[in-house]
Amino acid sequence: MAAMQFRQAIVNALADEMRTDPTVMLFGEDVAEAEGPFKTSEGLLAEFGPVRVRDTPISEMGFTGAAVGAAILGAKPVVEIMFIEFLGVALDQVVTEAAKMRYLSNGKLSVPMVVRASCGSGLGFGSQHSQTLENWFTATPGLKLIMLSDAQAAYSLTRAAIQDPDPVVILEPRILYAKRGEVDKNLKIEIGKARVMREGSEITIVSSGQMVDVCKSAIEESGVNAELIDLATIIPWDRQTVLKSVKKTGRLVVVEEAPLSGGWGSEIVATVASSLFGELKAAPFRITSPDIPVPYSGPLETRYIPTKEDVARQLKEVIATGKTPKTWWEMEGLK
Amino acid sequence: MSLQLERRKAVQTDEVAGYERMLEIREFENQINGLFAAGLIRGTTHLCLGQEALDIALAAELRPTDTVMATYRGHGVALALGLTPESVLGEIMGKTIGCCGGVGGSMHLADMTLGLLPTSAIVGGGIPIAAGAGLAYQLLGQDNVGVAVFGDGATNIGAFHEGLNLAAIWNLPVIFVCDNNVYGEYSRIDKTTPLEDLHVRAESYKMAHYAVDGMDVLATRKGIKEAVDRARSGGGPTLIEAKTYRFAGHSRADKALYRPEGELEKWMERDPIKLTEENLTKRGLLDSAKIEKMRADMVKTIEGVVATCQAAPDPTVASMFENVFTK
Ligand SMILES: Cc1ncc(C[n+]2csc(CCOP(=O)(O)OP(=O)(O)O)c2C)c(N)n1
Ligand SMILES: [Mg+2]
Repeated sequence: MAAMQFRQAIVNALADEMRTDPTVMLFGEDVAEAEGPFKTSEGLLAEFGPVRVRDTPISEMGFTGAAVGAAILGAKPVVEIMFIEFLGVALDQVVTEAAKMRYLSNGKLSVPMVVRASCGSGLGFGSQHSQTLENWFTATPGLKLIMLSDAQAAYSLTRAAIQDPDPVVILEPRILYAKRGEVDKNLKIEIGKARVMREGSEITIVSSGQMVDVCKSAIEESGVNAELIDLATIIPWDRQTVLKSVKKTGRLVVVEEAPLSGGWGSEIVATVASSLFGELKAAPFRITSPDIPVPYSGPLETRYIPTKEDVARQLKEVIATGKTPKTWWEMEGLK
Repeated sequence: MSLQLERRKAVQTDEVAGYERMLEIREFENQINGLFAAGLIRGTTHLCLGQEALDIALAAELRPTDTVMATYRGHGVALALGLTPESVLGEIMGKTIGCCGGVGGSMHLADMTLGLLPTSAIVGGGIPIAAGAGLAYQLLGQDNVGVAVFGDGATNIGAFHEGLNLAAIWNLPVIFVCDNNVYGEYSRIDKTTPLEDLHVRAESYKMAHYAVDGMDVLATRKGIKEAVDRARSGGGPTLIEAKTYRFAGHSRADKALYRPEGELEKWMERDPIKLTEENLTKRGLLDSAKIEKMRADMVKTIEGVVATCQAAPDPTVASMFENVFTK
């Protein structure tokens, strides 16, 4: 076990994979000489050299597409997209090209590429640099999708993603980069397996990314004996772990950072509702951000994202009343 | 006439006012780092120090009815076009008096009365949008022009090439202004681009193109005027490359240690403010006493702006729910 920052866990995962497998390479904007805009490639150019660690022009479509081609032909590329929004100009390569290669080649081709991108709100970067955007990918069979929540997940899942024979998108909540956590390098986390962060009996909380920490604090603040699950892999998600937990607790809330409409939490709520109907003590529900772009102003951005106070309120309410709590904006008569 | 339009008119009609606006931009940008340190600004900012001449030249040669699509490095463009320093700093500080009510921030400045569309924080994002402004003018039979302002690094993204090609084949009244400040983030342009003169990229779209000395307001104005005249008279689009230099780092956190020794100093010898002072002094429009006073006054003015913005209220929680749709 070693304590390290979330970003250092990523550096370690990349370095350890590059040491083990000479076909692993990394490219993206300012990842080589500058060692990454968020210092997630510290020391990698020095250790692995300019053939395997490369700076790119500001050409996301070009270099993401190059990763697809290189992956098919024997490389294991990891591409870094500085902010997940910038994948917008390269989405074709991930969603429509990479994700279809195996299917369209009758199973002959693999695309073992990883797209890593920082995501999320809370740092005052405004509406074009603060989204999580995981929901861009959830309706794309052939693509795996991971959202990291702490240093251990960063280390274990980045390694798992690089080893995976299929294309994987990893979202790294930017607000966590400097956060320290314990990392056990021998601990494996499989893609597709959720992490039970805390056991409990009264309600199951399913969350991911930076919301996992918010949920931890909310559990403390509310005193509710909740079971907290970090979904970790959003596609394909771990039905077994979630259903088993909700069978035990009889209640489910999904806590997401993204706006209400179109979130992956709806899929989980729907699955739980249809699989466990009749065994539930309350209707499964979601806590999300409202359906608005991420506002810049500090006081607004802080309210926009689910807070520990609001999650705690809703936990207590659903246990006490059995009714689905109102969102904070409904309570305040907004929207 | 509104205060904003008066500010715009001043830059269009009076070279000394243009010089004063350059001082305003310079002093404004100089204040930003201190405001960060004091915790009054969050997130990030991208300063335009060293690039003030281009901003002034655009404001002087374009009409408020022309449409400008610029970038996250937009404080200077906004101030030059006529936005008040209170509405720009207010936005950067997330206050109600900001041009976007505080929900946009440093990277998203706008004022349609001056022709400034919300600046884009996506590299290249604004280039096809400016072409679209030209398309609307063509359709509606108006003699306005669409203008995209973007960096050297943006010429490597697909939107640049697609936007230029479209403007060329449709003969749109558009000006593409590439602000070549030598760096895209931490990478020197020669590391990411196999060309020294970026304007030649327009050659493959059979579009008019040339470079201007982006440190020299008058030279830049001349280049912009030529393109504006062409666009207004149905002659189609132009790609202009303004050769400038980014005096500061890419963004707040960047100390720019990757620059070769002496490069900054060399460019600072051609500081656009210094060049303008020399030129206006030579022509008898300024003297050293006047310069001294204008500089000192500007420091006070911007101090006042900071105080006003600091005292301004934060937006209400309800305000973030507005303007997602028409209603
Ligand atoms: C599509 C996209 N990719 C990457 C970025 C991150 N980014 C912001 S500014 C910048 C450098 C742009 O350089 P240049 O076009 O030369 O403009 P400058 O910043 O020098 O004004 C980069 C890479 C972005 N905003 N959008
Ligand atoms: Mg540049």
